Formats: sequence, C-alpha cells, structure tokens
Amino acid sequence: MATMRAVSSDAVFVRRTVAGDSLRALEEVRDLRAHANLLFELVHRDLTVRYKRSFFGFFWTMLHPLLLMLIFVAVFSGLFKHQTPHYETYFLSAYIAWNFFSQTTTNAMAGLAWNGALMKRVRVPRSIFTLSAALSGLVNLALSLAVLFVIMLVVRAPLHFSLVALPLSLLVVGIFTFGVSLALTAASVFFADVREMYQAGLPALLYLTPAIYPISIVPVQYRWLIEMNPLTFLVEIVRDPIYNGRIPSLQTFGIAFAFALAALVGGWIIFRRLAPWFDSRL
Amino acid sequence: MDSIELQGISVRYRREKIRSLKELVVRGLARRGAPYFYSLRDISLTVRSGESVGIIGPNGAGKSTLLRVAAGIVTPSEGVAIGRGNIVPLLELGTGFESELSGRENIQFNGALLGRSRAQMRAQLDDIIAFSGLEQFIDAPLRTYSTGMVARLAFAIATAVDAETILLDEILAVGDAAFRARCEERIRTFVREGRTIVLVSHETEEVVKLCKRTVWLAKGEIVADGPSEEIISRYETQR
Ligand SMILES: Nc1ncnc2c1ncn2[C@@H]1O[C@H](COP(=O)(O)OP(=O)(O)OP(=O)(O)O)[C@@H](O)[C@H]1O
Ligand SMILES: [Mg+2]
Repeated sequence: MATMRAVSSDAVFVRRTVAGDSLRALEEVRDLRAHANLLFELVHRDLTVRYKRSFFGFFWTMLHPLLLMLIFVAVFSGLFKHQTPHYETYFLSAYIAWNFFSQTTTNAMAGLAWNGALMKRVRVPRSIFTLSAALSGLVNLALSLAVLFVIMLVVRAPLHFSLVALPLSLLVVGIFTFGVSLALTAASVFFADVREMYQAGLPALLYLTPAIYPISIVPVQYRWLIEMNPLTFLVEIVRDPIYNGRIPSLQTFGIAFAFALAALVGGWIIFRRLAPWFDSRL
Repeated sequence: MDSIELQGISVRYRREKIRSLKELVVRGLARRGAPYFYSLRDISLTVRSGESVGIIGPNGAGKSTLLRVAAGIVTPSEGVAIGRGNIVPLLELGTGFESELSGRENIQFNGALLGRSRAQMRAQLDDIIAFSGLEQFIDAPLRTYSTGMVARLAFAIATAVDAETILLDEILAVGDAAFRARCEERIRTFVREGRTIVLVSHETEEVVKLCKRTVWLAKGEIVADGPSEEIISRYETQR
C-alpha cells in the first residue's frame, strides 16, 4: 500500500478510496460554480433538444398542464363550486407546483440514465445533471405560471398583491424538489426499479395532496394523512399568494421550509454516499 | 511538478451486480464471499508534467480504466489519485456529443463539459473548425457525421482548449492518414510546449513515434515501465 503524502492545494482533483471519498458539500458547490457554463448548456439543451423534433416544439411543456386543467376543471369545478370559487385558479395554482415536483424528479432520474455516458467520460460535478433538471423544471414552471396568469385574466380571477411572496415560495419548492431528486437519482442508479416504483407511487401522492380538492372535504379523522405529506405545505405556500391572496403564514411557511431543508440535507447525504460508485453502475 | 499521481490504485467491480430492489430482497440476503473482479491492482504511477507516456497492453488489460482514474472520473476502490492542472480526457468516441445538435453547437457543449466559458469557446471556434476540416458540415446535425468526422471534431476540441494534460484513448485509430498526420504533428507540438500527453494505443509504431516513455499493462498490473523502444520491443517479442 502506498504511503499517503500530503496533498498540495494545487490539485484539481483528489480521488480517494471509495469509502473515504464521499463528496464534500463545499467542494461540490465550488465545482458546480466552476461549471456554470455547463449548467447553462445543459438547461439550454434540455429545453431545446427534447422538443426540437416535435411539431409543437416548446409548447408541449405547456400543453400537458393545459389539457389536464381542462379535464379537471370540467370534472370537478361543479363539484367544488361552493368551497372554491374560481376552481380553475384554485386547482392550477397548486397543480403547477405539483407538476414541477413530479416532472423534475422524474426527469432527473431519466436524465441520469441519459447523461450517464457523459459522466463516464468527463469529470464533472456529479450533481450537475440533477441540478440542471431542477433548473429546467423551474423554467418550465415559470412558463406555466405565465399561462396561468393569462387564464386568470381571461376568467377575471383577481390578481393579488400577495404575489410578491411567490418567488420565495417557489424557491422553497425548488429546494425541496432538488433534494428529493438527489436521493432519487442516486438510488435509481443502483436499483433500476426505483424509477418504476416511483412512477407508480406518484399518482397516490397527488391524491394525498390537496391540489385537486379542498382539504375541507377530507373527514377530520383522516386529515393527519394529508398533513404528513410535505407536498401539502409546499403546494399551499404557492397557492396562498396566487389564489388566496395572502402571504403564507409564518407557520405554514416554516413547515414547508423545514421540509425543504430536510429534503436537501437528506438527499445530499444519500447522494454523496452513493456518488463514488456511480461509475461502476452506469 | 507531477501532472498525475497514482498511489496504490486498485479498481474492482463486483462480478454479480444487484440491479434492482427486488433482486436485493430476493438474492441479496444470501450473498457469498467477495466476488470481485480487479480491473486494476495496486498501480502506482507518476506522470510528471511535460512527459509523453504511452500505455500499451492486450484487450481488457485495464488501459481505459487507468485513463479514467487519471482523469478523476473513476474513484479508485483503493489508493489515491491526484490530478493537477487542466486535464482533458479524450476517451472513446462520441464523448459528450449530442446527435441532434449541429457540429457548431456541439463545440459549445463540449467546451462547457470541459469547463470552458462561452467566450473562451467562441474565441477558439474558428480554429477548431479549421483544424477539424469540417467547414462544410459544421452546421449539420451530428447524426449525419461519419465516425472519423466525429473523431476529428473531438480531437480538434480537446486540443484547442488550454489543456495542460491530454489523455487519449485510441482516438487516432479512426481518422484517415491525412488527419492522423496532423494529429501527430499537433501532439508533438504539445510535447514541445512542455505539456503532458498520455496515449493509449494498440499501434506500437505510433507510441514509439509520439511517446518517450511507455507503460505496459496486463491483467490490471504494470508489467514494465520505461523508455518506449525498449518496452515495446519486449512487448512485441513476448507477443
Ligand atoms: N463498469 C465495469 N463493470 C465491470 N467490469 C468492468 C467495468 N469497466 C471495466 N471492466 C473490466 O475491466 C477490465 C479492463 O477494462 P478496460 O476497458 O480498462 O480495458 P482496456 O485495456 O482498455 O481494453 P481495450 O484494449 O479492449 O480497450 C475489463 O476486463 C472489463 O471487463
Ligand atoms: Mg480500452
């Protein structure tokens, strides 16, 4: 066994025995910053290549939530008319956040399979593909929001001053989603069925989130189920400024933020432990 | 200064891989022994900056794995790998090329993969295109390129960025004679400028021409390491 010599600070990389090579958060952040241009290119490629050959191009992104909205609004707006005036805004303001979460986590897993070949051939920060999936998701989210605002103008739903709180809410949702994506991508590199199981579980999670229906229709004895779901709070802090016209309460926001932080830290811990083994798995 | 420093590197893979959670539950609990396969075994190797090192050996010897470790892509199972300066790997073909993007867009994308900024790449765009000799095709999608054309582009990009060390894995093999001659010329210029080259190749003539030092690898271990002519003549007679 070779003796360990002191590593001078001019090293561009130091790779140690797998067990001792967990990524360090600060190093990873520095490495990501050094690859800012790659991040930009990845997002750019994500947004263009994927749609380049399809007729609707960019608008596919928008079409999916729009179609879903038509269906949900047609089916449910009569049902929830009394609890929720402007059901379309009620539903969409939450569904857009939900859709960002489900699309981003799904794309992050698919993206790693797609980008695995890259990771085997160039040295890039290993979380960059997950981060780029989250950033692409945010761009799509912004576009969906623009569509929502147009719809709100058309149906004369009120636009509130509380919208100033929206960017902060989206940031929290983004952090949560990135954290969950880190854990999921790392796990899916090791176990191919993680992706399928997650896909199967997503619809169940949607129904555990008060996005389509108001929480008031859930019998009191079952509400704890919904209140255990982080997405309930994440969806709430996005819906509040758009639909309810109020800045999220400190409590709701605090809970959402705590979930986001827990997801980020937990996701990172899982990711950094598994990352050194990616190569042998991809 | 050392460009690449490998201390007691081993890279091993599990022979039997658990591919899903289902398998883990079904079989994982009844796993026996340590079914490892060693791609590299206790390799210590230092490449000083300015050196030109060839790596030879039969298929499956671990040459590509060694380059990956040297590029910081693979984390060794044992040992420490340290890289200094700007190391540009040029491993296998199609590295980070996107078939739907044009040659020009791929230059931008590859530059980003290698950590270059947009401005840096824009400044070198014309040089890269000129060296690749693909002026007529540069705006066509990459899926319309031949293998050799992709190799030209890859080599042009990798050598255009301000690399201090270039790792080449059988890249020249697919180019035509004219392009190969130009690549060899560029590699020589590189070495003259005091930059570092590590070249994996099955063409021993090429290795003798371009590299002063050669490392002979077999079954994941170093068989011999020394002046190219000497190592290669031993390698040839042994074969
Ligand atoms: N991800 C992996 N999982 C399992 N085994 C691997 C993996 N990568 C490489 N190996 C094994 O490691 C050994 C060395 O592979 P490597 O690609 O380094 O050989 P090489 O010397 O480059 O061969 P060639 O001349 O054919 O390119 C091979 O036996 C290969 O099967
Ligand atoms: Mg090889």
